[in-house]
Amino acid sequence: MESTTAVKKKTMTLVQAITDGMRTMLAEDENVLVLGEDVGKNGGVFRATDHLQEEFGEGRVMDTPLSEAGFIGAAIGMAVNGLRPVAEIQFLGFIYPAYEQIMTHASRLRSRTMGHFTVPIVIRAPYGAGVRAPEIHSDSTEAIFTHMPGLKVVCPASPVDAKGLLIAAIEDPDPVLFLEPMRCYRSSREEVPVGKYTVEIGKANKLQEGNDVSIITWGAMVPVASQAVKEMEAKGVSCELIDLRTLYPIDRDTIAASVQKTGRTVIVHEAHGTGGVGNDVLAIVNDTSFLYQKAPVERVTGFDSPVPFFGFEDEYLPTPARVKHAIEKVIKF
Amino acid sequence: MEKQFPITKWVDENGNITGEDYKEMVTEELARTFYQHMIRIRTFDKKGISLQRQGRIGTYAPYEGQEASQVGSALALETEDWLFPSYRDHGAAMTFGHSLKNILLFWNGRNEGCIPPEGKNIFPPGIPIATQLPHAVGAAFAEKRKGTKNTAIVYFGDGATSEGDFHEGLNLASVFEAPVVFFNQNNRYAISVPMEKQMKTKTIAQKALAYDIPGVRIDGNDVFAVYFETLKAMDRARAGEGPTLIEAVTWRYGAHTTADDPTKYRDQMESERKRNETDPVLRVERLLKNNGWFDEAWAERMQKQAAEEVDAAVAEMESFPPADPADIFDHVFAEPTWQLQQQKQEYFQAKKGVPVWNQQQQ
Repeated sequence: MESTTAVKKKTMTLVQAITDGMRTMLAEDENVLVLGEDVGKNGGVFRATDHLQEEFGEGRVMDTPLSEAGFIGAAIGMAVNGLRPVAEIQFLGFIYPAYEQIMTHASRLRSRTMGHFTVPIVIRAPYGAGVRAPEIHSDSTEAIFTHMPGLKVVCPASPVDAKGLLIAAIEDPDPVLFLEPMRCYRSSREEVPVGKYTVEIGKANKLQEGNDVSIITWGAMVPVASQAVKEMEAKGVSCELIDLRTLYPIDRDTIAASVQKTGRTVIVHEAHGTGGVGNDVLAIVNDTSFLYQKAPVERVTGFDSPVPFFGFEDEYLPTPARVKHAIEKVIKF
Repeated sequence: MEKQFPITKWVDENGNITGEDYKEMVTEELARTFYQHMIRIRTFDKKGISLQRQGRIGTYAPYEGQEASQVGSALALETEDWLFPSYRDHGAAMTFGHSLKNILLFWNGRNEGCIPPEGKNIFPPGIPIATQLPHAVGAAFAEKRKGTKNTAIVYFGDGATSEGDFHEGLNLASVFEAPVVFFNQNNRYAISVPMEKQMKTKTIAQKALAYDIPGVRIDGNDVFAVYFETLKAMDRARAGEGPTLIEAVTWRYGAHTTADDPTKYRDQMESERKRNETDPVLRVERLLKNNGWFDEAWAERMQKQAAEEVDAAVAEMESFPPADPADIFDHVFAEPTWQLQQQKQEYFQAKKGVPVWNQQQQ
């Protein structure tokens, strides 16, 4: 975390930290504007924008028509014309109508115009399974966005990171997709600094030092991997746990330093294995640390099926048991 | 619906002013200005096609036949307004002040072509159909929020009205009361698909009803109707009265782009007939003649001036420095990521020696 003027702290859940991040930036910069479906009076379907409209008015916190392509497209026009829109997509599984606007315009306009037009927007989207949500509400398709040149993809796992990364995303001169693990929205609390601070985009966080194996994960899989790490530590396996926090650009140096030290790597993500961001992590291990590896890299991921109905979601999602199995496999290789 | 949305015409095909009310507004000065601008962009368009045929630029999308729509609407803008063109609207963009050289660079595969002159709010052409409509709404909304009187105009064709972004754009503009003018050029073909296969409605203007905004249908080959109706829509937007949908009924004489052949899907005799009967430039020429305002020497001068300007732009385009491959990497983000830095470094290293991939091919 970068130095800040704030020293006071307040206990918050992850979703409260996100609200606080938006509140901080709405207060600081009059060009910041929150828009999306139900973000006004209702405060968002997850209450991420709770009370913001009351505080800042309808001109700053705007309900939009049910129109993902439309309001993301409009946010692009706003951003090009000096505003700093923070758009909420209700669930990542509903972002696809806006995919064209993000792929073709938000992420590409700087490049097309050699920097003449830029699109400093933030698109917030809750993602992932594990909250028994209805069908289609549980997608974790970060990889189709990390594949998109010109877009940064951020995914915090803790309240402190969530607020700091959100503020960094709002201040970033380029478009940022901000993925919020809905499973972690209210699952834990943390002391979060009051006021403005940023967490640097592109930097991973080493949650635990270890020597035998590196566990690399992000978002809602951080607590799952953390549980597995605890259980393996009890068995005498020293694990290094890394929360990537940013999925594009990935923190190559932190990954390389860790896997060169431990020589064993387990990647954990809830998205489908094929084409997943885990493969990019694996490529970094390969490119930087191939000869350090004592075992093939293991990946623990969701299956190559659509995210199932919640009746099966516990089977689909990686569990501490699956992560432990992968750790044992690389240790025993 | 066609009765409810009649085609407004100020000057008919024979160059006659259609109503007493218009007589004061249809001035010699305006007629000459329109004529000059239409000659200019038509000259450019013809050159665009011939440059493509000679392999001096890439695929080119011609607009010949639609000059009145593009000139009339673009001249209705104020300096600080926003213009969102599609790929067939560089006639409008140039009329509004885009550089001819940059437009040529765009068609010759150069990013520099997307950069408007300093102080001009002209977006790069919308390539995927209708995606530029929401952008215009957002930019117009931002102007409203800043408290300016600036507006945005966004261009699109008949096919675009089938896209979701058309409906989402109009709906958002209507809800936000954004100061934006949706300028549709209904040239009745989306590449090869005629209007009757594109939509069941007989007009595009009537689609405005669904958004409770004004829908105006005009003769898109009548530059006076285009100019004054666009001006009216702009005035409404500036006065805080929200968006307008304008349908300018027109015709493209040529192909969708230089990569297709219109004789495959329509009788090009229709285009030839229209060249003689409803041509927008000819119409102003007839108007000038009918009123005794036409001056042969002046018209020739305008032609010559346009040819010289276009030739100069072509020379500038052709003497433009070659593309710098560093630009591939340097403009993706404000600060290149390590991936881009690494790829750039590897690219330039390979370029210094014989690239590995070339060796493999040999």
